[in-house]
Amino acid sequence: MIETRGLRKSFISRQGREKKTVEAVRGVDLNVAEGEIFGFLGPNGAGKTTTLRMLATLIEPDDGTATIAGADLRADPGEVRRRIGYVAQGGSTWDDSTAREELVLQARLYGASKAEALSRSAHVLESFQLSEYADRKCKTYSGGQRRRVDIALGIIHEPRVVFLDEPTTGLDPQSRAHMWDEVRRLRAEGMTVFITTHYLDEADALCDRISIMDNGEIVASGTPADLKREISGDVVRVGLPVSAVSAAASALEAYKLETYEDNVRLYVDDGAVAIPQILRALDAAGVPLGTIELHRPSLDDVFLTKTGRSLRES
Amino acid sequence: MKLFRDISLIFNRQMQLLLRNPVWIVVGVFQPVMYLLLFAPLLKPALGVRTNAEAYEIFVPGLLVLLAIFGGLFQGFGLIAELRAGVIERSRVTPVSRVALLLGRSLRDTVSLIAQAVIITLLALAFDLRVFLGNLLLAYLMLALISLMTSAVSYGVALVVKSEDALAPLMNTVAQPLLLLSGILLPMTYAPGWLQGVADWNPFSWAVNGTRALFRGDLGAPDVWQGLLIMAVLAVLAVAWAARLFAKSVR
Repeated sequence: MIETRGLRKSFISRQGREKKTVEAVRGVDLNVAEGEIFGFLGPNGAGKTTTLRMLATLIEPDDGTATIAGADLRADPGEVRRRIGYVAQGGSTWDDSTAREELVLQARLYGASKAEALSRSAHVLESFQLSEYADRKCKTYSGGQRRRVDIALGIIHEPRVVFLDEPTTGLDPQSRAHMWDEVRRLRAEGMTVFITTHYLDEADALCDRISIMDNGEIVASGTPADLKREISGDVVRVGLPVSAVSAAASALEAYKLETYEDNVRLYVDDGAVAIPQILRALDAAGVPLGTIELHRPSLDDVFLTKTGRSLRES
Repeated sequence: MKLFRDISLIFNRQMQLLLRNPVWIVVGVFQPVMYLLLFAPLLKPALGVRTNAEAYEIFVPGLLVLLAIFGGLFQGFGLIAELRAGVIERSRVTPVSRVALLLGRSLRDTVSLIAQAVIITLLALAFDLRVFLGNLLLAYLMLALISLMTSAVSYGVALVVKSEDALAPLMNTVAQPLLLLSGILLPMTYAPGWLQGVADWNPFSWAVNGTRALFRGDLGAPDVWQGLLIMAVLAVLAVAWAARLFAKSVR
């Protein structure tokens, strides 16, 4: 449904008098199958939004090719626009308009007749549970309601692919769960959903497949389960007083490990076997121990092993 | 045909939002009325004309051109608010014509300006201004072209600078010399030679002369067609430039 090869984009940023070229996206290859929820995971500034904006025809790639829903992005952006929906991160509604007005206008911009636009809007308002507020001005909506209007605007023309840029950022947990349901419903209606997020749990729970992006490049792709399985074994997290972290790291240097402010993480084949050995090594070195926990690798661990940084910290 | 349909979609939406907030009519008319009441009486002695009607013949066209220039140049603020709300981006992912995104808005500005101009003309009639209807319509055409051009320029600049903080001083800096050098408040015939020479390079000074000729009833004056032609050419250029920015601009 979406196929890209070597997609690139750089910007010129000005700092004082100095001009600097920032390579926001450096050669992105993607394969998104029809009917999946595809997640684009990465820290802020990784190039997710830039990639999305290129795919949505809002900015032109410097290099590379892309085919979206059968239309060529470079050769026929107009056709791509007809086949996709795009929901920007920052919202898209006007304070003094009502949701129904916005939806009718959007449907008409996509070419629908007035009657068609009205009936589609009514239908979409119903399915997003917005009918009750449909004729109130957008400025009176809650964050979650307004976000649902944004998504409704993005799919009013029944696109085959919809791009959602960080659809749950800034929402409370309940609205977030609600939004996940909406996204799953879109897929159930036959849409391919391309979503960006910097929430690990969201990528894990919602997406069929993900690509992890860092520094303008894709560092890993696959189903969340496969990616986690790639990291063999278990993760042992040892909580320590801040002053003891470096002593612990040297006592445990035989293991593959990452140090943090108040803990170290060790990647081991079998946690149950490793924990007693770890405890003994720390004891022998006289390192005071805080806590010790064993867990299966998370997507954060995937990110960590691929980039050397934790997603939570970047 | 798609272009006309798209223009009317954008225009109707903008018009609907404008009419929802009728404060602009009061604000837009209050200031020019103050000029008519409080400034125009000074003109009869200052201009050395015999009647009030003659003074208004000179002053009202200048005032209308002033409104067209300023009204247009400050439309960019509304666009920056729309950019911030994401409305522009939302339009740009649809197949809507980029020219329509601009023209729908500029035409709304033009229509609201003409509405303002009609109100002011009617009030001036009460002050003994007399003008032929045909000439008046041509003068309105001139105003429409000016407003189309200045609002397109303002939208273009707004898309480039993307911030009110940059747009306000920029527009003021451009508008002030344009205003002073156009002979809007007093005819440039009173200016010393060098100032007249500079003013000849100000396209709006041609527009003001043309509009004044029309209010004078001097349809045959070369000022009329020259003013209309210059404004038409500049309006086309401004619209083409700003429409390109609507197609290209990021964010």
